[in-house]
Amino acid sequence: MTATCTVCEAQVDLPNNCCEGELLICGDCGTELEVIALDPITVEEAPQVQEDWGE
Amino acid sequence: MPTLRILFTRLRVEEKLLREAAERQNIPCELQNVSDVWYGERPFCGADDVILARCVSHNQNEAVAQILESQGIRVVNPSSVMAVCGNKLTTSIALAKAGIRQPKFRTAFSPEAAVEALEDLGYPAVCKPVSGSWGRLLAKINDREAAEAVFEHKSMLGAIHNTFYIQEYIEKGDHDVRAFVVNGDPICAITRKSAHWITNTARGGAASNLPLDDEISSVLRSVHCTIGGEFLAVDLFRKEGEWLVNEVNDGGEFRNSIEPTGTDIPAAVVKAAWERRPSR
Repeated sequence: MTATCTVCEAQVDLPNNCCEGELLICGDCGTELEVIALDPITVEEAPQVQEDWGE
Repeated sequence: MPTLRILFTRLRVEEKLLREAAERQNIPCELQNVSDVWYGERPFCGADDVILARCVSHNQNEAVAQILESQGIRVVNPSSVMAVCGNKLTTSIALAKAGIRQPKFRTAFSPEAAVEALEDLGYPAVCKPVSGSWGRLLAKINDREAAEAVFEHKSMLGAIHNTFYIQEYIEKGDHDVRAFVVNGDPICAITRKSAHWITNTARGGAASNLPLDDEISSVLRSVHCTIGGEFLAVDLFRKEGEWLVNEVNDGGEFRNSIEPTGTDIPAAVVKAAWERRPSR
């Protein structure tokens, strides 16, 4: 399964047990993408890291 | 049927590993994206369920825990633990009350007072946001001019940054330690080595196993006694033959710690969470 990068339109491979919310890195432009839906496969640019994100 | 619900807003490797670990133990488990959920009086889930709260945003994670606890639902870690771990000053005060060794720290509320606090502490020192992670916005300050500049700039970053948290800089050699504590038991630890003074593995620090001994285990148990929680990730420095607790994380990441330690950390975490279910 692949998704289309929303920034550079490269094809991005999805991991086997991919699920919604998963993060992908576009191999071409390095954009971090978030899987919004699996049927049909929909990705968006992942939200920027927020100030209180972390461990 | 009781279910272990792993809540997330950003799916990290850790959350997938936790689900896989639950499946291996035949624990009924659901991985739930709660980005678009709203919360009120309506019960979020069954009263017999148990929640493993893993939202990447600390504030959202604590908010979810608080509201679900108000519905009588068991949450790991409890919001009270999140409240302490989510603020470095709160953590330091809790450790100080318990007499647990940590780097000296100061706090101030204006750039001018922060500079004086640092002068008192001595250079170099480290300024950290009270609420932050992944090594973000840490500043090692080597002299007064740098202090004046850093504190002035930080004061422009918004309210939370006007509580200045200043910590003694520890000459820790080229590594610090990250240890994992589950249900109060230290289960494994790694050293995080880096040429840079910030050693987070999120920033390239290299992990290797650190066998636990009685000394570090005793420190870790005292941290758990003080803070509580089913799953803690504790960061420590070694200084002059003593362990100093640098930080305690309630939403620990462990992807880089499983292989070097040979410890199935996610399995221990989901087991601990599952044992907190009410009907047990």
